[in-house]
Amino acid sequence: MRNGERIPLREIPPLDFSRFKATLKDAVATGNRIAGLWAVPSGSGYTLYSAILHPSRQTIEVVCSMVEKVYPALTPEVPCLHWFERDLWERYGTIPQGHPWLKPIRFYQGEAGKVDFFRVEGEEIHEVAVGPVHAGVIEPGHFRFQCNGERVFHLEISLGYQHRGVERALTGGPNGRSVHYAETLAGDTTIGHATAYALLVEGLSGSKPSFYAEWIRAIALELERLANHIGDIGALSGDIGFLPTQSYCGRIRGDVLNLTALLCGNRFGRNLIRPGGVRYILEKERLDNLRSRLQVIEEDTISAIELFFDTPSVRARLEGTGVVTAHVAKELGLVGLAARATGLSIDARQDIPWGYYRTQRPPVSVHGTGDCYARAYLRWLEIQESFRFLHQITQTIPEEMAVEKKPYPPTVPEPDSGPLSGSHSGLKDHVSTVELTLTPQSLGIGITEGWRGEIVHVAATDENGKFAWYRVFDPSFHNWFGLAYAMRGGEISDFPLCNKSFNLSYCGHDL
Amino acid sequence: MITTPLLSILRARVKQKYRTMPYPKGDPPNLPDRYMGKPVLDPNPCPEDCSSCISSCPVEALFFQESGLHLDMGSCLFCGACADVCPSGAIRFSKDYRLAAKERNRLVIESAQSSNEGLPAPPLATAISKKFHRSLRLRQVSAGGCNACEADCNVLNTLAWDMGRFGIQFVASPRHADGILVTGPVTENMKVALEKTYRAVPAPKVVIAVGSCAISGGPYKDHPEQGNGVSSILPVDLFIPGCPPHPLTILEGLLRFVGRI
Repeated sequence: MRNGERIPLREIPPLDFSRFKATLKDAVATGNRIAGLWAVPSGSGYTLYSAILHPSRQTIEVVCSMVEKVYPALTPEVPCLHWFERDLWERYGTIPQGHPWLKPIRFYQGEAGKVDFFRVEGEEIHEVAVGPVHAGVIEPGHFRFQCNGERVFHLEISLGYQHRGVERALTGGPNGRSVHYAETLAGDTTIGHATAYALLVEGLSGSKPSFYAEWIRAIALELERLANHIGDIGALSGDIGFLPTQSYCGRIRGDVLNLTALLCGNRFGRNLIRPGGVRYILEKERLDNLRSRLQVIEEDTISAIELFFDTPSVRARLEGTGVVTAHVAKELGLVGLAARATGLSIDARQDIPWGYYRTQRPPVSVHGTGDCYARAYLRWLEIQESFRFLHQITQTIPEEMAVEKKPYPPTVPEPDSGPLSGSHSGLKDHVSTVELTLTPQSLGIGITEGWRGEIVHVAATDENGKFAWYRVFDPSFHNWFGLAYAMRGGEISDFPLCNKSFNLSYCGHDL
Repeated sequence: MITTPLLSILRARVKQKYRTMPYPKGDPPNLPDRYMGKPVLDPNPCPEDCSSCISSCPVEALFFQESGLHLDMGSCLFCGACADVCPSGAIRFSKDYRLAAKERNRLVIESAQSSNEGLPAPPLATAISKKFHRSLRLRQVSAGGCNACEADCNVLNTLAWDMGRFGIQFVASPRHADGILVTGPVTENMKVALEKTYRAVPAPKVVIAVGSCAISGGPYKDHPEQGNGVSSILPVDLFIPGCPPHPLTILEGLLRFVGRI
């Protein structure tokens, strides 16, 4: 199936377990990748599902297999599934026999952190425990370092503090809250997640947003990428102690967020993406405003970030710190910018394009050194590509708008009726009225490339066209272990830098 | 051209200019035309059989009482769904960004109540918060949620907002803090950590709840995995609603709280 399509559940071929395993193993060996592994209880056992991405064909293959409560683990032969199998074990109590490391990842029972941490024993070994409340204004998580002096042998990351039951609550939907769940899966990736949700719902309902709406979604997604990448380079700069770029990028990030607010009133893009299209139109005047402000932001960004990379002490601090090789990235199943920074050319915009990216997309950036420098520099490359792409696609409003005059919402917007009409710019009365009906007994999937990486939403409908189950795989789900790995053999003082260079989402992981 | 790091730094410094906003002495920054601030309800009674807004609200923020329609900003996600479905245009979102309140019930807007658009916002300072007039150190605790509120708290540290000029600062240790600023609905998994952090702050201390999650549970209201906000376990001195609140709303609330404006 293609991104944003549906298939009837009965058409998903149930394979026998050895075939299922071989399929997954082959997928990884042949340069495809596993977008997700999940299970659904059925009878006395479980149906294991997996979604495999085939970048060469731009398609998604969904396979399944029936397993009992105890089954031979897939992880020993397909290591990138280790986190998924931990998830299944925690969620359902399935026992993947032979899994090296069965520990909870979300602590559904509300006892986060109560787990036996991996310990290195020895005379000069000490342990450093950090979190869940960290020194900065950031999300909660617990980090346990096993150290010899400054050297880190092992870092264990224990999450779950942000678990608020979103997947469970999405089951039985869609309803009024569903799109808000999608928008708040990871607040800094509102557009990425909301678009994946919209793709999934549109696929399941057999509707298609207008090209005009897809265009606005692409603009918003690239703005989201810009804001976060620029902010991250600023934050990295702060952790290095190079204050000029930290100060400039912190502000410039805000300027980009304000462009998103120009589109929809909210700096994070809340209320912009809705299944069926977008909630706000982008008129000529607004587009011109966006373009001219973008131009200024680009000049400021170039000045701030070139300064960063031109400074030898900055480069020296980044180079060789927290290395993850392409081989390891592949084994661990890293996605997004963390994977591209090891040289892997993985990008959902290229591999499994949706919406506007089917016709036009920025080229994939890669940088192969796999260290903090690569993750920082890759952001810079992507910032430049996103600027270029935005300049290109904001030159004209797509034809369709001019011809049909009805993007979404489906009626022509009224002119703003004066200052009292509030913030809707005349869009009142025709939003939220479109109800999409989902096809029963089908599986839908929506994949986008958020600024961190690949976002996967997958769900199936029951006989009434409601979500029977809903699964979300934020890029952080794949990448947290990559951060732990990057710290091996490094110094404990490298951690802030490594952490920032990945900048993973706690809430996107914990759900 | 031969450049040295120092020259490059100076050149960039000139290019980037002075950016700190004049607010609160000068005007606040411009809010976008589509910004949704304080909701305003039409004082005229609604048609009897209409409850479209109530059923459109994803988080049950709207309700009818004898005095008419009520909207709880502490629950509101500021999504505008109610305004979209209202056939008589009785609900609108103004550009008033001053949303903070001392008491939970002050966040409830009534249709019977007259709007205070354009009027000065009521003072928020308390006997305790006044003590922090020139110096307020806060330990931020993220207790669930989506990280957007945290992001817009962090923004106040950037040089455009420069919250430090008012003596307000986020600090690493609760021992150095005068209070905590909490975001998120307080997940079961964060409950203990939040309580411990609160206990570690020396008295007198304040608790500030930022965002609809921290006030009411936000989109996660009534999920068993969380506690419907900070009030469930701690006394809250200041509520700053929004999903997430605009940085201007947070800053304005804090300044009013310490009696700076």
